[in-house]
Amino acid sequence: MQGNTANTKTEVGYNTKIEGDVIVTRADAVLNWFRKNSLWPMPMGLACCAIELMAAGNSRFDISRFGSEVMRFSPRQSDVMIVAGTVTYKMALALKRIYDQMAEPKWVIAMGACASTGGMYRSYAVLQGVDRIVPVDIYVAGCPPRPEALLDGLMRLQDKVSKEPTIENQKRVAA
Amino acid sequence: MGAIDLANKLRQRFDGLAEPSEFRGEVTLVLNDAEQIEPVCRYARDQLKFDFLVDITSVDNDEETPRFTIVYHLYGLEHHCLLRLKTSVAEEVSELPTVSGIWRTADWHEREIYDMMGVRFRDHPDLRRIIMWEGYPFFPLRKDFPLAGKHSEIPEVAFTEPAPMEGGPFATSPGEQDSMSAEPRVKTPDEEDE
Repeated sequence: MQGNTANTKTEVGYNTKIEGDVIVTRADAVLNWFRKNSLWPMPMGLACCAIELMAAGNSRFDISRFGSEVMRFSPRQSDVMIVAGTVTYKMALALKRIYDQMAEPKWVIAMGACASTGGMYRSYAVLQGVDRIVPVDIYVAGCPPRPEALLDGLMRLQDKVSKEPTIENQKRVAA
Repeated sequence: MGAIDLANKLRQRFDGLAEPSEFRGEVTLVLNDAEQIEPVCRYARDQLKFDFLVDITSVDNDEETPRFTIVYHLYGLEHHCLLRLKTSVAEEVSELPTVSGIWRTADWHEREIYDMMGVRFRDHPDLRRIIMWEGYPFFPLRKDFPLAGKHSEIPEVAFTEPAPMEGGPFATSPGEQDSMSAEPRVKTPDEEDE
């Protein structure tokens, strides 16, 4: 196989001159490759972080370079919930319900200090970190994080997705 | 005619209004009997042209009696005068007449006071909580409510947990020598006494 030998586990090595129209790879690798390049976000914009999330979608930062430009306002069509902002206890149950409605596989990015830990709101009204109600994959630091930071978090999530044992997970779910 | 004259007119019309006081150009009028608030406000709107209710707020006086003070800010868009009306409600009563029949905007202001302070408004058209959810058992802006909050749970509606204060609350010290000492730091009551 040609290509990057360090990443043979997940990367697809392909040389048209040698292999013609045939690509040989592992099922996990190809499925994860599909998944990680089309992580459609559920934009859970709850506060000022949502403004940076919107900026990440605009042409200067252009989240579509990573296949995540399709902001789906329907949980049924989204893969990653980006919790951008302060989660109050009043919103917490709605957020949990939307997460529950998302189809597997699904991931969560906690964007910014509030979503990660409650941030500066040590208060009776604010959930102290969205990881208390949903499993979080990536925490993005900042108040609010710059779009670059969100994109870095997205790339790290892509790394995480590309290492998942997808077929094993499917078998486990089926069993 | 200034706000002080309008306040004096209101005082002539009703008993139980204290001498209006002026501070930095703002006039405050104290109404002794909260039950009178409805006719006083109606007169202020109809006769004195206070057609705009800016705000209603509430104060918790903690240990003092009466415990709650309700503050009305009245403004006239024609005469551009602001009048502050204050009245007190004892904790045992915790109720006074609504003014939402006079200014419709009072509806939500009064709901907020009910939600945060637990003072009820009689004859209010829709006295529900406005910020917290229906069934939340506390009134968070009362002085005896801890900053971190309390545990509560209503299944399928909401839950709350006390927030970790990490030794706080953190408070800034404006007017310190340098910005390092003015930064927010943990300040316990003991340290402040020293």
